[in-house]
Amino acid sequence: MSTTILAPIVLTILGIIFGIILAVASKVFAVEKDPREEAIAEILPGANCGGCGYPGCGGYANSVVKGIAPVNACAPGGAELAKKIGEIMGVEVEEGARKIAQVMCTGGGHDKTRYDYVGLSSCLAVSRVSSGPLQCSYGCLGGGDCVDACKFDAIHIVNGVAEVDQEKCVACGACVTACPKNIIQIIPRNSKKYTELRCSSHDKGPATRQSCDNGCIGCKLCVKACPKEGALTVENFLAKINYDICIGCGLCSRACPRQLITVDGKVLPPKPKKEEPKKEAPKAAPAAEAPKAAEAAPAAPAAEPAPAAEASKAE
Amino acid sequence: MENITSLLSIALGAVLINNFILSQFLGICPFMGVSKKIETALGMGMAVIFVMGVASAVNWPINNFILVPNGLGFMQTVTFILVIASLVQFVEMFLQKAMPSLYEALGVYLPLITTNCAVLGVTLQNAQKGYNFGEALTYGIFGGIGFLVAIVLFASVRERMEFAKCPKCFEGFPIALVAASLIALAFMGFSGLKVW
Repeated sequence: MSTTILAPIVLTILGIIFGIILAVASKVFAVEKDPREEAIAEILPGANCGGCGYPGCGGYANSVVKGIAPVNACAPGGAELAKKIGEIMGVEVEEGARKIAQVMCTGGGHDKTRYDYVGLSSCLAVSRVSSGPLQCSYGCLGGGDCVDACKFDAIHIVNGVAEVDQEKCVACGACVTACPKNIIQIIPRNSKKYTELRCSSHDKGPATRQSCDNGCIGCKLCVKACPKEGALTVENFLAKINYDICIGCGLCSRACPRQLITVDGKVLPPKPKKEEPKKEAPKAAPAAEAPKAAEAAPAAPAAEPAPAAEASKAE
Repeated sequence: MENITSLLSIALGAVLINNFILSQFLGICPFMGVSKKIETALGMGMAVIFVMGVASAVNWPINNFILVPNGLGFMQTVTFILVIASLVQFVEMFLQKAMPSLYEALGVYLPLITTNCAVLGVTLQNAQKGYNFGEALTYGIFGGIGFLVAIVLFASVRERMEFAKCPKCFEGFPIALVAASLIALAFMGFSGLKVW
Protein backbone atom coordinates (compact mmCIF):
# COMPACT_ATOMS: atom_id res chain seq x y z
CA MET A 1 0.00 0.00 0.00
CA SER A 2 1.33 3.40 -0.86
CA THR A 3 2.14 5.79 1.93
CA THR A 4 -0.26 8.40 0.59
CA ILE A 5 -3.18 6.14 1.41
CA LEU A 6 -1.65 4.69 4.52
CA ALA A 7 -0.93 8.04 6.17
CA PRO A 8 -4.51 9.26 6.45
CA ILE A 9 -5.75 5.80 7.39
CA VAL A 10 -3.31 5.50 10.28
CA LEU A 11 -4.09 8.99 11.50
CA THR A 12 -7.85 8.41 11.28
CA ILE A 13 -7.64 5.16 13.19
CA LEU A 14 -5.50 6.78 15.89
CA GLY A 15 -7.92 9.67 16.07
CA ILE A 16 -10.90 7.35 16.48
CA ILE A 17 -9.14 5.37 19.20
CA PHE A 18 -8.28 8.50 21.18
CA GLY A 19 -11.75 9.86 20.63
CA ILE A 20 -13.28 6.75 22.14
CA ILE A 21 -10.89 6.86 25.09
CA LEU A 22 -11.76 10.50 25.76
CA ALA A 23 -15.48 9.84 25.44
CA VAL A 24 -15.25 7.05 27.99
CA ALA A 25 -13.08 9.19 30.27
CA SER A 26 -15.53 12.09 30.16
CA LYS A 27 -18.21 9.76 31.48
CA VAL A 28 -16.00 8.12 34.09
CA PHE A 29 -14.45 11.32 35.38
CA ALA A 30 -17.54 13.47 34.97
CA VAL A 31 -17.74 16.22 37.57
CA GLU A 32 -21.19 17.28 38.58
CA LYS A 33 -21.42 20.97 37.85
CA ASP A 34 -24.15 23.14 39.18
CA PRO A 35 -26.48 23.67 36.20
CA ARG A 36 -27.30 27.09 37.60
CA GLU A 37 -23.71 28.17 37.04
CA GLU A 38 -23.91 27.40 33.35
CA ALA A 39 -27.28 29.07 33.07
CA ILE A 40 -25.95 32.23 34.66
CA ALA A 41 -22.76 32.21 32.62
CA GLU A 42 -24.90 32.01 29.51
CA ILE A 43 -26.94 35.13 30.20
CA LEU A 44 -24.02 37.25 31.42
CA PRO A 45 -22.81 39.79 28.86
CA GLY A 46 -19.44 38.11 28.51
CA ALA A 47 -17.50 41.34 28.33
CA ASN A 48 -15.20 40.16 31.14
CA CYS A 49 -14.88 43.75 32.29
CA GLY A 50 -14.18 42.81 35.91
CA GLY A 51 -16.49 45.53 37.22
CA CYS A 52 -18.10 43.08 39.63
CA GLY A 53 -14.76 42.41 41.31
CA TYR A 54 -14.54 38.78 40.20
CA PRO A 55 -12.20 37.37 37.56
CA GLY A 56 -14.34 37.51 34.44
CA CYS A 57 -17.91 36.49 33.84
CA GLY A 58 -17.23 32.82 34.55
CA GLY A 59 -15.72 33.65 37.92
CA TYR A 60 -18.71 35.80 38.77
CA ALA A 61 -21.19 33.05 37.82
CA ASN A 62 -19.26 30.62 39.99
CA SER A 63 -19.26 33.00 42.95
CA VAL A 64 -22.99 33.69 42.60
CA VAL A 65 -23.81 30.01 42.75
CA LYS A 66 -21.57 29.58 45.76
CA GLY A 67 -23.48 32.39 47.41
CA ILE A 68 -20.46 34.68 47.79
CA ALA A 69 -21.43 37.24 45.20
CA PRO A 70 -24.65 39.24 45.12
CA VAL A 71 -26.90 38.59 42.13
CA ASN A 72 -26.96 42.26 41.14
CA ALA A 73 -23.24 42.94 40.91
CA CYS A 74 -23.09 42.88 37.11
CA ALA A 75 -23.07 46.50 36.05
CA PRO A 76 -23.27 46.06 32.26
CA GLY A 77 -26.25 43.73 32.61
CA GLY A 78 -28.09 46.14 34.86
CA ALA A 79 -31.32 45.56 36.71
CA GLU A 80 -32.79 43.35 34.00
CA LEU A 81 -29.97 40.84 34.24
CA ALA A 82 -30.03 40.94 38.04
CA LYS A 83 -33.69 39.94 37.88
CA LYS A 84 -32.93 37.01 35.58
CA ILE A 85 -30.08 35.79 37.78
CA GLY A 86 -32.35 36.18 40.77
CA GLU A 87 -34.89 33.93 39.07
CA ILE A 88 -32.24 31.27 38.46
CA MET A 89 -31.01 31.49 42.02
CA GLY A 90 -34.49 31.75 43.47
CA VAL A 91 -33.87 34.96 45.36
CA GLU A 92 -35.65 38.27 45.34
CA VAL A 93 -33.59 41.11 43.96
CA GLU A 94 -33.82 44.36 45.78
CA GLU A 95 -33.56 47.34 43.50
CA GLY A 96 -29.81 47.51 43.14
CA ALA A 97 -28.17 50.89 43.12
CA ARG A 98 -26.86 51.57 39.67
CA LYS A 99 -23.34 52.87 39.72
CA ILE A 100 -21.67 55.15 37.28
CA ALA A 101 -18.40 56.99 36.96
CA GLN A 102 -18.24 60.68 37.71
CA VAL A 103 -15.56 63.11 36.56
CA MET A 104 -14.88 65.43 39.46
CA CYS A 105 -14.22 68.48 37.31
CA THR A 106 -16.50 70.63 35.21
CA GLY A 107 -13.66 72.27 33.37
CA GLY A 108 -14.43 75.74 34.67
CA GLY A 109 -10.73 76.50 34.55
CA HIS A 110 -9.62 74.64 31.47
CA ASP A 111 -8.68 77.87 29.70
CA LYS A 112 -6.77 79.27 32.67
CA THR A 113 -3.29 77.98 32.11
CA ARG A 114 0.11 78.67 33.59
CA TYR A 115 2.11 77.74 30.51
CA ASP A 116 1.64 76.42 27.01
CA TYR A 117 2.09 72.69 26.84
CA VAL A 118 3.49 71.26 23.62
CA GLY A 119 4.05 67.54 23.34
CA LEU A 120 2.32 64.21 23.79
CA SER A 121 -1.37 64.72 24.32
CA SER A 122 -1.81 61.94 26.88
CA CYS A 123 -2.89 63.08 30.36
CA LEU A 124 -0.12 61.00 31.88
CA ALA A 125 2.53 62.84 29.91
CA VAL A 126 0.92 66.23 30.46
CA SER A 127 0.61 65.70 34.18
CA ARG A 128 4.32 64.98 34.47
CA VAL A 129 5.25 68.52 33.45
CA SER A 130 4.86 70.25 36.82
CA SER A 131 1.46 68.59 37.22
CA GLY A 132 -0.05 70.01 34.09
CA PRO A 133 -0.51 73.46 32.58
CA LEU A 134 -3.78 74.26 34.40
CA GLN A 135 -3.77 76.80 37.20
CA CYS A 136 -5.96 74.43 39.16
CA SER A 137 -3.85 71.41 40.01
CA TYR A 138 -6.99 69.30 40.50
CA GLY A 139 -8.46 69.96 37.07
CA CYS A 140 -9.19 67.61 34.20
CA LEU A 141 -6.42 67.85 31.63
CA GLY A 142 -8.62 66.66 28.78
CA GLY A 143 -5.95 64.41 27.26
CA GLY A 144 -8.35 61.52 26.91
CA ASP A 145 -6.56 58.75 28.82
CA CYS A 146 -9.95 57.78 30.22
CA VAL A 147 -11.46 57.73 26.72
CA ASP A 148 -8.80 55.26 25.63
CA ALA A 149 -9.34 53.13 28.72
CA CYS A 150 -13.13 52.90 28.32
CA LYS A 151 -14.29 49.70 26.67
CA PHE A 152 -17.88 50.85 26.42
CA ASP A 153 -17.46 54.17 24.57
CA ALA A 154 -19.00 55.86 27.60
CA ILE A 155 -16.61 58.72 28.25
CA HIS A 156 -15.66 61.51 25.89
CA ILE A 157 -13.80 64.78 25.92
CA VAL A 158 -16.32 67.60 25.56
CA ASN A 159 -14.96 71.14 25.54
CA GLY A 160 -11.65 69.98 26.92
CA VAL A 161 -13.12 68.01 29.82
CA ALA A 162 -14.04 64.38 30.21
CA GLU A 163 -17.78 63.78 30.29
CA VAL A 164 -19.40 60.49 31.26
CA ASP A 165 -22.20 59.18 29.07
CA GLN A 166 -24.60 58.08 31.78
CA GLU A 167 -26.52 55.77 29.48
CA LYS A 168 -23.49 53.79 28.45
CA CYS A 169 -21.40 53.84 31.62
CA VAL A 170 -21.30 50.53 33.46
CA ALA A 171 -18.99 51.57 36.29
CA CYS A 172 -16.24 49.10 35.47
CA GLY A 173 -13.69 51.54 36.87
CA ALA A 174 -11.23 51.45 33.96
CA CYS A 175 -11.23 55.25 33.68
CA VAL A 176 -10.71 55.62 37.43
CA THR A 177 -7.45 53.73 37.15
CA ALA A 178 -6.41 55.48 33.97
CA CYS A 179 -6.81 59.04 35.24
CA PRO A 180 -3.43 60.35 36.48
CA LYS A 181 -5.21 63.15 38.32
CA ASN A 182 -7.42 60.74 40.28
CA ILE A 183 -10.49 62.87 39.66
CA ILE A 184 -12.81 60.15 38.42
CA GLN A 185 -14.80 58.21 40.96
CA ILE A 186 -17.50 55.56 40.95
CA ILE A 187 -20.68 56.66 42.69
CA PRO A 188 -24.08 55.09 43.18
CA ARG A 189 -26.72 56.75 41.09
CA ASN A 190 -29.70 55.93 43.24
CA SER A 191 -31.61 59.14 43.76
CA LYS A 192 -34.24 59.97 41.19
CA LYS A 193 -32.69 63.35 40.66
CA TYR A 194 -29.02 62.96 40.10
CA THR A 195 -27.18 65.63 42.04
CA GLU A 196 -23.61 66.27 41.00
CA LEU A 197 -20.87 68.29 42.61
CA ARG A 198 -18.04 67.97 40.19
CA CYS A 199 -14.95 69.53 41.73
CA SER A 200 -11.86 68.08 43.39
CA SER A 201 -10.10 71.29 44.30
CA HIS A 202 -8.80 71.46 47.85
CA ASP A 203 -7.42 74.93 47.19
CA LYS A 204 -8.58 77.72 49.46
CA GLY A 205 -11.44 79.94 48.30
CA PRO A 206 -9.48 82.84 46.76
CA ALA A 207 -7.09 80.54 44.96
CA THR A 208 -9.96 78.53 43.49
CA ARG A 209 -11.74 81.72 42.41
CA GLN A 210 -8.64 82.72 40.47
CA SER A 211 -8.05 79.39 38.79
CA CYS A 212 -11.62 78.35 37.99
CA ASP A 213 -14.96 79.80 36.98
CA ASN A 214 -17.01 77.53 39.18
CA GLY A 215 -14.70 75.52 41.44
CA CYS A 216 -15.80 74.78 45.00
CA ILE A 217 -14.55 77.40 47.45
CA GLY A 218 -15.76 75.63 50.56
CA CYS A 219 -18.26 78.33 51.58
CA LYS A 220 -20.63 75.76 53.15
CA LEU A 221 -23.77 77.48 51.83
CA CYS A 222 -24.84 74.16 50.36
CA VAL A 223 -24.37 72.42 53.70
CA LYS A 224 -26.63 74.97 55.32
CA ALA A 225 -29.25 74.54 52.62
CA CYS A 226 -29.24 70.75 52.81
CA PRO A 227 -32.21 69.23 54.67
CA LYS A 228 -30.47 65.94 55.36
CA GLU A 229 -27.75 65.70 57.95
CA GLY A 230 -24.48 64.42 56.52
CA ALA A 231 -25.54 64.40 52.86
CA LEU A 232 -23.18 67.29 52.21
CA THR A 233 -19.93 67.87 54.03
CA VAL A 234 -17.12 70.34 53.49
CA GLU A 235 -13.62 69.21 54.17
CA ASN A 236 -10.44 71.00 53.14
CA PHE A 237 -12.38 73.65 51.23
CA LEU A 238 -14.24 71.08 49.15
CA ALA A 239 -17.87 70.06 49.47
CA LYS A 240 -18.71 66.41 49.03
CA ILE A 241 -22.01 64.65 48.45
CA ASN A 242 -22.73 61.46 50.35
CA TYR A 243 -24.95 59.59 47.91
CA ASP A 244 -26.18 57.20 50.56
CA ILE A 245 -27.97 60.09 52.24
CA CYS A 246 -28.65 62.54 49.41
CA ILE A 247 -32.27 62.57 48.28
CA GLY A 248 -31.79 64.75 45.24
CA CYS A 249 -33.93 67.66 46.47
CA GLY A 250 -31.72 70.18 44.70
CA LEU A 251 -31.69 72.78 47.46
CA CYS A 252 -27.92 72.83 47.42
CA SER A 253 -27.92 73.54 43.71
CA ARG A 254 -30.09 76.58 44.31
CA ALA A 255 -27.85 77.73 47.15
CA CYS A 256 -24.45 77.32 45.50
CA PRO A 257 -22.98 80.75 44.65
CA ARG A 258 -20.58 79.15 42.17
CA GLN A 259 -23.33 77.36 40.25
CA LEU A 260 -21.29 74.21 40.59
CA ILE A 261 -23.91 71.78 41.86
CA THR A 262 -26.19 70.39 39.18
CA VAL A 263 -29.36 68.30 39.32
CA ASP A 264 -29.83 66.06 36.30
CA GLY A 265 -27.13 68.05 34.55
CA LYS A 266 -28.73 71.46 35.10
CA VAL A 267 -28.00 74.21 37.59
CA LEU A 268 -31.22 75.10 39.35
CA PRO A 269 -31.96 78.82 39.62
CA PRO A 270 -31.48 80.49 42.99
CA LYS A 271 -34.42 80.14 45.34
CA PRO A 272 -37.37 82.35 44.35
CA LYS A 273 -38.39 84.50 47.26
CA LYS A 274 -41.98 83.27 47.69
CA GLU A 275 -41.02 79.62 47.83
CA GLU A 276 -38.79 80.23 50.78
CA PRO A 277 -41.20 79.60 53.64
CA LYS A 278 -42.39 76.35 52.05
CA LYS A 279 -38.88 75.10 51.64
CA GLU A 280 -37.92 76.05 55.16
CA ALA A 281 -40.91 74.27 56.62
CA PRO A 282 -39.63 70.68 56.86
CA LYS A 283 -36.49 71.93 58.53
CA ALA A 284 -38.26 74.07 61.11
CA ALA A 285 -41.10 71.73 61.97
CA PRO A 286 -40.50 68.30 60.55
CA ALA A 287 -43.03 66.69 62.86
CA ALA A 288 -45.86 68.84 61.57
CA GLU A 289 -44.94 68.39 57.93
CA ALA A 290 -44.41 64.66 57.96
CA PRO A 291 -47.99 63.40 58.38
CA LYS A 292 -49.24 65.88 55.81
CA ALA A 293 -46.80 64.61 53.26
CA ALA A 294 -47.63 61.03 54.14
CA GLU A 295 -51.26 61.73 53.42
CA ALA A 296 -50.46 63.38 50.15
CA ALA A 297 -47.99 60.77 48.99
CA PRO A 298 -50.34 57.82 48.25
CA ALA A 299 -52.92 60.12 46.68
CA ALA A 300 -50.66 61.82 44.16
CA PRO A 301 -47.14 60.47 44.38
CA ALA A 302 -45.86 61.91 41.15
CA ALA A 303 -47.69 65.19 40.88
CA GLU A 304 -46.53 66.55 44.23
CA PRO A 305 -44.09 69.48 43.97
CA ALA A 306 -40.99 67.40 44.18
CA PRO A 307 -38.47 68.44 46.82
CA ALA A 308 -40.58 68.70 49.93
CA ALA A 309 -42.56 65.52 49.32
CA GLU A 310 -39.54 63.49 48.41
CA ALA A 311 -37.72 64.71 51.46
CA SER A 312 -40.37 63.53 53.85
CA LYS A 313 -41.00 60.31 51.93
CA ALA A 314 -37.38 59.32 52.21
CA GLU A 315 -37.49 59.98 55.91
CA MET B 1 25.71 -2.33 33.97
CA GLU B 2 26.22 -0.39 30.82
CA ASN B 3 22.47 -0.09 30.59
CA ILE B 4 22.22 1.62 33.95
CA THR B 5 25.02 4.06 33.26
CA SER B 6 23.48 5.04 29.96
CA LEU B 7 20.14 5.63 31.72
CA LEU B 8 21.92 7.67 34.39
CA SER B 9 23.65 9.82 31.84
CA ILE B 10 20.36 10.40 30.02
CA ALA B 11 18.67 11.35 33.28
CA LEU B 12 21.40 13.73 34.39
CA GLY B 13 21.58 15.20 30.91
CA ALA B 14 17.84 15.85 30.82
CA VAL B 15 17.77 17.53 34.23
CA LEU B 16 20.93 19.63 34.16
CA ILE B 17 23.01 19.63 31.01
CA ASN B 18 20.27 19.77 28.39
CA ASN B 19 17.57 21.21 30.60
CA PHE B 20 14.49 21.65 28.45
CA ILE B 21 13.80 25.21 29.49
CA LEU B 22 17.12 26.70 30.37
CA SER B 23 19.32 25.07 27.75
CA GLN B 24 16.97 24.09 24.93
CA PHE B 25 14.49 26.93 25.48
CA LEU B 26 11.43 24.74 25.03
CA GLY B 27 8.24 25.22 27.03
CA ILE B 28 8.83 28.88 27.83
CA CYS B 29 5.13 29.76 27.92
CA PRO B 30 4.22 27.98 31.16
CA PHE B 31 7.68 28.81 32.48
CA MET B 32 6.84 32.51 32.36
CA GLY B 33 3.13 32.17 32.97
CA VAL B 34 2.81 29.90 35.99
CA SER B 35 5.95 30.89 37.88
CA LYS B 36 4.50 33.61 40.06
CA LYS B 37 4.02 31.37 43.06
CA ILE B 38 6.09 28.37 44.12
CA GLU B 39 2.93 26.39 44.86
CA THR B 40 1.41 26.64 41.41
CA ALA B 41 4.85 26.20 39.86
CA LEU B 42 5.17 22.90 41.74
CA GLY B 43 1.74 21.81 40.50
CA MET B 44 2.59 22.74 36.95
CA GLY B 45 5.93 20.95 37.18
CA MET B 46 4.23 17.80 38.44
CA ALA B 47 1.69 17.95 35.64
CA VAL B 48 4.48 18.35 33.08
CA ILE B 49 6.45 15.42 34.54
CA PHE B 50 3.35 13.29 34.28
CA VAL B 51 2.44 14.37 30.77
CA MET B 52 6.02 14.09 29.46
CA GLY B 53 6.45 10.65 30.97
CA VAL B 54 3.18 9.32 29.64
CA ALA B 55 3.68 11.02 26.27
CA SER B 56 7.06 9.34 25.91
CA ALA B 57 5.64 5.98 26.92
CA VAL B 58 2.68 6.21 24.53
CA ASN B 59 4.46 7.79 21.60
CA TRP B 60 7.38 5.34 21.60
CA PRO B 61 5.34 2.26 20.60
CA ILE B 62 3.28 4.32 18.17
CA ASN B 63 6.44 5.57 16.51
CA ASN B 64 8.29 2.26 16.50
CA PHE B 65 5.45 -0.15 15.75
CA ILE B 66 3.15 1.90 13.55
CA LEU B 67 4.94 4.82 11.95
CA VAL B 68 8.47 3.58 11.27
CA PRO B 69 7.61 0.09 9.91
CA ASN B 70 5.15 1.66 7.47
CA GLY B 71 7.58 4.34 6.36
CA LEU B 72 5.47 7.06 7.92
CA GLY B 73 8.28 8.67 9.90
CA PHE B 74 7.41 12.01 8.33
CA MET B 75 4.12 11.96 10.24
CA GLN B 76 5.81 12.02 13.64
CA THR B 77 4.98 15.64 14.43
CA VAL B 78 1.28 15.50 13.58
CA THR B 79 0.77 12.13 15.25
CA PHE B 80 2.60 13.14 18.40
CA ILE B 81 0.55 16.31 18.66
CA LEU B 82 -2.63 14.28 18.34
CA VAL B 83 -1.48 11.95 21.09
CA ILE B 84 -0.37 14.75 23.39
CA ALA B 85 -3.59 16.71 22.88
CA SER B 86 -5.77 13.76 23.81
CA LEU B 87 -3.48 12.95 26.68
CA VAL B 88 -3.73 16.42 28.14
CA GLN B 89 -7.50 16.33 27.80
CA PHE B 90 -7.47 13.06 29.68
CA VAL B 91 -5.22 14.43 32.42
CA GLU B 92 -7.45 17.47 32.72
CA MET B 93 -10.56 15.39 33.23
CA PHE B 94 -8.75 13.21 35.72
CA LEU B 95 -7.45 16.18 37.72
CA GLN B 96 -10.83 17.87 37.77
CA LYS B 97 -12.28 14.77 39.35
CA ALA B 98 -9.45 13.71 41.62
CA MET B 99 -7.69 16.94 42.61
CA PRO B 100 -9.98 19.93 42.07
CA SER B 101 -7.70 22.30 43.98
CA LEU B 102 -4.74 21.52 41.74
CA TYR B 103 -7.05 21.81 38.74
CA GLU B 104 -8.09 25.30 39.86
CA ALA B 105 -4.50 26.30 40.56
CA LEU B 106 -3.31 25.28 37.10
CA GLY B 107 -6.18 27.09 35.43
CA VAL B 108 -5.68 27.75 31.75
CA TYR B 109 -2.13 26.46 31.78
CA LEU B 110 -3.14 22.85 31.87
CA PRO B 111 -4.75 23.02 28.43
CA LEU B 112 -1.69 24.98 27.39
CA ILE B 113 0.47 21.89 27.96
CA THR B 114 -1.22 20.62 24.80
CA THR B 115 0.84 22.99 22.75
CA ASN B 116 3.81 22.92 25.07
CA CYS B 117 6.82 22.43 22.86
CA ALA B 118 8.75 20.74 25.67
CA VAL B 119 6.33 17.81 25.56
CA LEU B 120 6.43 17.61 21.78
CA GLY B 121 10.18 18.13 21.91
CA VAL B 122 10.83 15.22 24.22
CA THR B 123 8.91 12.75 22.05
CA LEU B 124 10.51 14.01 18.84
CA GLN B 125 13.97 13.81 20.39
CA ASN B 126 13.22 10.27 21.56
CA ALA B 127 12.55 9.33 17.95
CA GLN B 128 15.54 11.26 16.61
CA LYS B 129 18.03 9.81 19.05
CA GLY B 130 16.72 6.29 18.53
CA TYR B 131 16.20 5.56 22.21
CA ASN B 132 14.77 2.23 23.28
CA PHE B 133 11.63 2.19 25.42
CA GLY B 134 13.40 2.43 28.78
CA GLU B 135 15.62 5.24 27.63
CA ALA B 136 12.70 7.13 26.12
CA LEU B 137 10.71 6.83 29.34
CA THR B 138 13.72 7.98 31.39
CA TYR B 139 14.31 10.91 29.09
CA GLY B 140 10.65 11.93 29.32
CA ILE B 141 10.35 11.71 33.10
CA PHE B 142 13.66 13.35 33.83
CA GLY B 143 13.01 16.00 31.22
CA GLY B 144 9.88 16.78 33.23
CA ILE B 145 11.92 16.85 36.44
CA GLY B 146 14.29 19.29 34.75
CA PHE B 147 11.25 21.42 33.93
CA LEU B 148 10.14 21.22 37.56
CA VAL B 149 13.57 22.24 38.85
CA ALA B 150 13.76 25.18 36.49
CA ILE B 151 10.25 26.48 37.10
CA VAL B 152 10.46 26.13 40.90
CA LEU B 153 13.86 27.86 40.97
CA PHE B 154 12.47 30.62 38.84
CA ALA B 155 9.28 30.92 40.91
CA SER B 156 11.28 31.37 44.10
CA VAL B 157 13.35 34.06 42.41
CA ARG B 158 10.19 35.80 41.25
CA GLU B 159 8.59 35.61 44.68
CA ARG B 160 11.57 37.46 46.09
CA MET B 161 11.55 39.92 43.26
CA GLU B 162 8.06 41.03 44.29
CA PHE B 163 9.62 42.80 47.23
CA ALA B 164 12.77 43.99 45.55
CA LYS B 165 13.15 47.54 44.38
CA CYS B 166 13.47 47.79 40.67
CA PRO B 167 13.22 50.59 38.11
CA LYS B 168 9.62 51.27 37.17
CA CYS B 169 10.11 50.49 33.51
CA PHE B 170 11.44 47.03 34.40
CA GLU B 171 8.70 46.11 36.84
CA GLY B 172 6.83 42.87 36.29
CA PHE B 173 7.51 41.00 33.09
CA PRO B 174 10.73 42.66 31.85
CA ILE B 175 12.63 41.98 35.06
CA ALA B 176 11.30 38.42 35.06
CA LEU B 177 12.74 37.90 31.58
CA VAL B 178 16.07 39.31 32.72
CA ALA B 179 16.06 36.96 35.71
CA ALA B 180 15.19 34.01 33.46
CA SER B 181 18.12 34.78 31.19
CA LEU B 182 20.47 35.00 34.16
CA ILE B 183 19.32 31.60 35.41
CA ALA B 184 19.79 30.19 31.92
CA LEU B 185 23.30 31.65 31.90
CA ALA B 186 24.00 29.95 35.22
CA PHE B 187 22.78 26.65 33.81
CA MET B 188 25.34 26.93 31.03
CA GLY B 189 27.85 26.01 33.72
CA PHE B 190 26.44 22.49 33.69
CA SER B 191 27.35 22.03 30.05
CA GLY B 192 30.89 21.33 31.24
CA LEU B 193 29.62 18.44 33.34
CA LYS B 194 31.08 15.18 32.03
CA VAL B 195 28.98 12.07 32.42
CA TRP B 196 31.02 8.90 32.44
